[in-house]
This record gives sequence, structure tokens and C-alpha cells, in this order.
Amino acid sequence: MLAQVKDLLLLIIGSALVSNVVLSQFLGLCPFLGVSKKVETAAGMGTAVIFVITLASGVAGVIYKFILTPLNIQYLQTIVFILVIAALVQFVEMFLKKYMKSLYEALGVYLPLITTNCAVLGVALTNVQKEYGVFTGMVNGFATALGFTISIIILAGIREKMAYNDIPESFKGMPIVLLTAGLMAIAFCGFSGLL
Amino acid sequence: MFSGILTATAIVGAVGLFIGLFLGIAGIKFKVDVDEREEAVLAVLPGNNCGGCGFAGCSGLAAAIARGDAPVNGCPVGGEAVGKKVAAIMGVEAQEGIRMVAFVACQGTCDKAAFDYEYTGIEDCRMLSFVPNGGAKTCDYGCLGFGSCVKACPFDAIHVVDGVARVDKEACKACGKCVAVCPKHLISLIPYDVKYMVACSSKDKGPVTMKACTAGCIGCTLCKKNCPADAVSIESFNAAIDPEKCIGCGACASKCPKKVIVEH
Repeated sequence: MLAQVKDLLLLIIGSALVSNVVLSQFLGLCPFLGVSKKVETAAGMGTAVIFVITLASGVAGVIYKFILTPLNIQYLQTIVFILVIAALVQFVEMFLKKYMKSLYEALGVYLPLITTNCAVLGVALTNVQKEYGVFTGMVNGFATALGFTISIIILAGIREKMAYNDIPESFKGMPIVLLTAGLMAIAFCGFSGLL
Repeated sequence: MFSGILTATAIVGAVGLFIGLFLGIAGIKFKVDVDEREEAVLAVLPGNNCGGCGFAGCSGLAAAIARGDAPVNGCPVGGEAVGKKVAAIMGVEAQEGIRMVAFVACQGTCDKAAFDYEYTGIEDCRMLSFVPNGGAKTCDYGCLGFGSCVKACPFDAIHVVDGVARVDKEACKACGKCVAVCPKHLISLIPYDVKYMVACSSKDKGPVTMKACTAGCIGCTLCKKNCPADAVSIESFNAAIDPEKCIGCGACASKCPKKVIVEH
């Protein structure tokens, strides 16, 4: 029992920090760069991503285990996972539009972009590749999304501070953000020997 | 052999169907109450999302009209016809709008304008700011003729004819995209009914303008002196006609030595 908990904890730290989806695996860069102007929006985006990825990896895991594997059609995993993810994002969009209108407006076009966010599909496919079960897969998904949220909030915090800095003309806008993200990636390399 | 294909099709189809049902039910359960007037207004608007109203597409304008943030005749493309329909939906009187069109204040065609050098390169008016003297034309204020405005126009109402952009009065819907894109700020929106316009934006002194272009305004003030309605003003060696005061007599056009004032 304790060994399993330990394994899960290691998995969480591994997926969230050591192989951080944005800063180590370089997946999900579009919303990372696009929604990180303000900390509140970034936190909202992070929450939406956590919800989508956890559910998506759960549903994807279930479909893989109980539908695709018994019928020996595992090769359909990519398309089926994408269908599931797209549906989940639509659902999240409807939910937000009704119950959290301000967050819906703030996320704007980046909410549907979670569908094409390779981080979501990446987690689902990693779960298959590493042969995690349904529950472990969901924990992996949650931890990955947690890592995404951590990094997007950090970047949003830095960008909010940078708004008052005197940046050279040719670096204003995307260039300085990309440089910052690169430096963050280097910093996160510090976690690499952890596990 | 076929069983594999059938299974695959069946599974993907079943997943798709299930998702469709799920989203359909969720769509009903999570329905947001939209103002029906907004939907009715959206149905009446032209629907090409040009952004000429200043809002994000037709749905943006419909939302603004329903909120009361935009006038009922806020769509320049739909003009009066659409304005009346929207007014009927919203239950208010539509104000009479003046039909506007764009006008390019330059007639420095290839034969009339002088060129400093021959230019071959990227054909985009905005990129020419990187090039010596801002473009091959001697006149600093003239139309460069590479058609950034043509690319911007969603209604195919502006074309480059003989090296200068020209607006098709009938096709122009005054959405303002060409006005925004022209790097020389040559294009402006004027009322459709205006009879005469000064087709030159050169602010250079007379002799300088004459060297740069044979159709340039030299600021000789003959038009101003001959105008019965006092509608012409001269600023920095460039004439301008006030459309409110102009009575359309054409005296300025006949007196102009350079034939800069054209019939609209």
C-alpha cells in the first residue's frame, strides 16, 4: 500500500517538475505563450487544462483498456483520443460559458485551442506507451497539468513584472517572452537529477 | 479481412455518435440565455465580418446593438437598408445615414509622376518605408501603387490603375480597411455625393511639386479665389475642398492649371 503511494508521489513529482510538459517536453507552447499575460487568466487557463487533461486521460485510458485492447484495434488510439479530447473541450467551453462567463471571455479563443494542445494528446499517448493503468494514467495526467499550471503562472508573474521594465525595442513582445521561457526551461533542468 | 475494417469503423463511429449525443444533451442543459433581439439582428446583418463597424465581426456588432452600445445603423456595409431592418427589430427610429465612399487623393500615374530610380522588390506599400526615400516616386506624398489597399479591401472596390490606386464608388462600402492600411494616409472617407475632390496630397512647395509630378497641386490658390461658396482652403501648398460648403459648381476644377481637381 505504502509502496504504491510512494510510486504515485514519485510519478506526480516526475510529471509535474522533472519532465515538465512545457519546459522539458516542449508541448503545449501555444496557450503557454498566449494566455500568460496576466496571472489570473493564467490561473484560469491552468485550471481548465487540469480539468480537461485529467478527465481526458481517464476517459482515454478507459477506452483503450476496455474497447481498443480487447478488439485488438490499438492502432486507432490517436483518432479516438482526439475525438474524446475535442468533445471534452467543447463540454468545458459550454460549462464555462454558463457558469463562469468572465473566465470564458478572458480565455477567448485559447479555450478551444486546448483541443489542439499537444500536451493533452501527449499525456494520453504517454499513458499508453508507459502502460499505466486507468488510475495511474489519470494521476499522470493530473500531475502533467499541474506542471503546466505551475509554469504558466510563473511565466505570467514574470510577464506582469516585465510590463514595467525598459525592454530594448527589438525585444519587445514575443522575443523577450520566448527568452524568458528558455531561461525557465534551463532553470527547470535543475530538477533532472531528482528521481 | 473485412471484419477488421468493420470493427474499426464501428468503434470510431460509435464513439463519435456517443460524443454527439453527449454534447447535444450538454448543449441543451447548459444553454445560455441569449437576447433574442441579438439573434434577430445577427440574422439581418450582412455577415461578412469585415469589422468596418468597429466591433469584432457581425456577432460583435449584434451584441453591441442589443446592449445599446452601438447605433442601429452602425453597419456601414448594410447601409440604410440594413439600418432600417435593425431599427425595426430594436423598435427605434433609424437616423438617416450619409453614404460614404473612400477616395484616393493622388493621381500621379506612371506617365505623370517622376521616379528617382527603378524599383524591383517586394510589392507592398508598407514595406517601402525601408527603401531609400520611402519609395521610387520623387513625390514624398504620392501613391506607391503596389496595392496594399487592394489586398485589404474585402469588397474588391479598389484597384491599381496605371500605377495609382482608384476606388470604385459603386462597390465601395466604406468599411475603412484601405484607409487604415495606406502608409501614406492618402485615402479618406467622403460622402458619396461629393462632386469635386482635390486629387493630390503633396505638401511640397510649388516648384518642388512640379518637378515631382505634372498632376500635383502647387498651391497657386486659383481655386480658392474662384470658389463662390468659399469651400476651398489651402494648407501647406495643398488645396482642400470642404464637402459641407461645396455647391458642386465646378469653378475650381475649370480654373485649376494642373487639373488636380477631379470630378468625383
